[in-house]
Amino acid sequence: MSNAPVDKGRRRFLTVATSVVGGAGAVAVAVPFIRSWNPSAKAKNAGAPVEVNIRKAEPGQLVRVKWRGKPVWVVRRTPDMLEGLSKVEDRLRDPNSEEPQQPEYAQNQHRSIKEEFFVAVGICTHLGCSPSYLEKGMGDHVDGVESGFFCPCHGSKFDIAGRVFESVPAPLNLVVPPHYFIDENTILVGEDKGQA
Amino acid sequence: MFKRFVEWMDARIPMTKTWNIHLAQYPAPKNFNMWYVFGFLATIVLINQILTGIWLTMNYVPSAEGAFASVEYIMRDVEYGWLLRYMHSTGASAFFVVVYLHMFRGMMYGSYQKPRELIWLFGMFIFLVLMAEAFMGYLLPWGQMSYWGAQVIISLFGAIPVIGDDLTLWIRGDYVISGATLNRFFALHVIALPLVLVILVFLHIVALHEVGSNNPDGVDTKKPKGSVPDEEKPKFKFHERFTNKKDIVDSIPFYPYYILKDMFGFGIFLFFFCYVIFFNPEMGGFFLEPPNFEPANPLKTPEYIAPVWYFTPFYAILRAVPDKLFGVILMFAAIAFLALLPWLDRGRVRSIRYRSLLHKLNLTVFAISFVVLGYLGTQPATPVATVFAQIFTFLYFAFFGLLWFYSKREKTKPVPERVTSK
Amino acid sequence: MKKLLIALITLIPSLVFAAGPEVPLDKAEVDLHDKASLQRGAQLYMNYCLGCHQLEYHRYNRTFEDLGIPQELGEKHLQFTGNKAGDLITNNMNSDSAANWFGTAVPDLTNVARVRGADWIYTYLRSFYKDESRPFGVNNAVFPNVGMPHVLEELQGLPEKTYEERMIDGEMKDVYVGIKTDGNGRLSESEYDQAMLDLTAFLVYTGEPMLLEQRRMGWFVFGFLLVFTILAWLLKKEFWKDLK
Repeated sequence: MSNAPVDKGRRRFLTVATSVVGGAGAVAVAVPFIRSWNPSAKAKNAGAPVEVNIRKAEPGQLVRVKWRGKPVWVVRRTPDMLEGLSKVEDRLRDPNSEEPQQPEYAQNQHRSIKEEFFVAVGICTHLGCSPSYLEKGMGDHVDGVESGFFCPCHGSKFDIAGRVFESVPAPLNLVVPPHYFIDENTILVGEDKGQA
Repeated sequence: MFKRFVEWMDARIPMTKTWNIHLAQYPAPKNFNMWYVFGFLATIVLINQILTGIWLTMNYVPSAEGAFASVEYIMRDVEYGWLLRYMHSTGASAFFVVVYLHMFRGMMYGSYQKPRELIWLFGMFIFLVLMAEAFMGYLLPWGQMSYWGAQVIISLFGAIPVIGDDLTLWIRGDYVISGATLNRFFALHVIALPLVLVILVFLHIVALHEVGSNNPDGVDTKKPKGSVPDEEKPKFKFHERFTNKKDIVDSIPFYPYYILKDMFGFGIFLFFFCYVIFFNPEMGGFFLEPPNFEPANPLKTPEYIAPVWYFTPFYAILRAVPDKLFGVILMFAAIAFLALLPWLDRGRVRSIRYRSLLHKLNLTVFAISFVVLGYLGTQPATPVATVFAQIFTFLYFAFFGLLWFYSKREKTKPVPERVTSK
Repeated sequence: MKKLLIALITLIPSLVFAAGPEVPLDKAEVDLHDKASLQRGAQLYMNYCLGCHQLEYHRYNRTFEDLGIPQELGEKHLQFTGNKAGDLITNNMNSDSAANWFGTAVPDLTNVARVRGADWIYTYLRSFYKDESRPFGVNNAVFPNVGMPHVLEELQGLPEKTYEERMIDGEMKDVYVGIKTDGNGRLSESEYDQAMLDLTAFLVYTGEPMLLEQRRMGWFVFGFLLVFTILAWLLKKEFWKDLK
């Protein structure tokens, strides 16, 4: 065994270089494992945007459809309901919808594109139950309010624009999904207008 | 920071000690050649199989109705599912490639001889479990080959006198191979056998590290304590567990020297492995057989069926015998004789380098027989092919018989005191 | 030993071809980069094949995306079964009645190219010939007595088997040399061949839709491995200098 001097610089360089390249390889190998957890083509196609026909919806009626496995509501609100929106605002957590629970085009008092049609994901923002739609009889839960949404699980209350009342467990307004009107009678839920 | 963490750990679990005993201060003979990379590669492939296997179960559906479609779902709908599946299917074949080469290395250098009999036996058990694992895994895609291959292999047990028919019925859990068979094979393939495999690999390595590695010269590198003058001892520090009892010569620490060498070998291996995954996943029908892209059909056998390549040497032996029971016995004997090598070989010289010409020839003929049988097993059993299969079956077994005879009084070359590396 | 080896080597070809088909297969020069060819193949498939043969493991929108077909166009021109773009390519045929009509279950063709190979499909599609003894009036040279009508007759016309007299082992024998169409199809012979190549290419695609991505990734992986292996080798050499 000779005692040739060890070139420490070269040794360190090669060690670092091989480790970096090998580490990059390990990261690259992890990619397919991680990406395979993304929704598959099947899940994505099952979660494709849904068309809702609203031609037959009566004023005050709620149409329920499934989008990405979740209930989506389309409520055709009556003029009375819309009028009630401004009356409750002092009792709401987020009356002006400042939290990003809706697309930009629904960040208004009625939280919708057209005043009449309210589109929302019917899942309580507290722990994921689906609240009940009370066309009449919300007054049992909130004084002087006729219609709204009441979650039977933990008693969270939302007005008819899905805005959450104060002093209930749910922290946020109901989610408004991306949607747009294909024509007068059809709403496409799951996609913003102009999106491919 | 790191040092304090290590101290904290070492006070509670023998972390540094284990690292030193098994890697940094583990003495490995300095003259390993490229044949010694396959054990490391087998470990890597095992890890690959376990990881990709776990990921495949996330989307695989173990039922006769859903299995085939779920594999296609993995191949098409799951992001990178095709890559995970090809890594697994290629890994299965790669496992056998490296294991066969690893075993042949052991045969060449007499690594099964005293005192390494138990390492060899654990290895043979690993081989057996690996075959069971591969066989059960091959049923899972529920293609035509999966189905009929399993049909043929399970029927082998029907050759056992008296209980045969009841036994095959019990294994299948149905009158034909069915969803019941698939589900039990799935359970065994994904948890029971891998668990056994990992335990056996652990024991294989524990046994190896107790006696130490053999080497291409088959010379002991652990000499009796006190027999080696200090200036001949290597300059490296080995763990006292090894140096207390023996004087270590011609050895180097496993880490970093062999880890780095294995890394290089690993890179070379990956070229082959990735070539198959990305450019030839079917490997000309040897790794993935074309009829297996058709869903299992219990009413129609594919025109021509053959097991996957790693079973074909044994399959050829089975077919070479015109009697069902005897064929099955001979097939299992082909594996059993391998397991008995430590006792069939009565020689004292380990490495082929110093053994007789007869032994070199014998081992060469054995290796050729194994390859030819493997080839014949992939081909239809024409009368000519059967005759050849019989000849090479005879040569396969002749290896063991001859070895037992000549090894007692074999004319060997003088074995050097010390290893002969450059 | 030597004699044995020689015998073995001469034996190998006979073993290899023992299970081969009787009709030599024509080479299908499939080019998966040729999107136009794949699109034409998809159109042929949807028009002529899908009525009976499903591609039940593959999706419409994946096909459109991979073949460069805009989704609206695809839905309009390639989807006839009332499915959504995200659905699997299935038909509405009842498999029991199909078994009655054709005497056998109609196979799914998603993976047919992986089972049979491109050359087989290409030759099979061009090997139907007139045979009054069969229920559909046609037979196939590659797949004798196949239970399938000549669906593409309107394109190819009705071909007949042709033979040529050739001298074999000192005897004149009729040798099958292929089929000759009666010319009543819409396509000329070379146009029909091209159409069948397109169809074959499409089926090769459905068998392995990830193929192009797989190859592309493979080259990247090789590039990476080259760098890694060289570095690992240099590093090993550097450390092993200790041992000299």
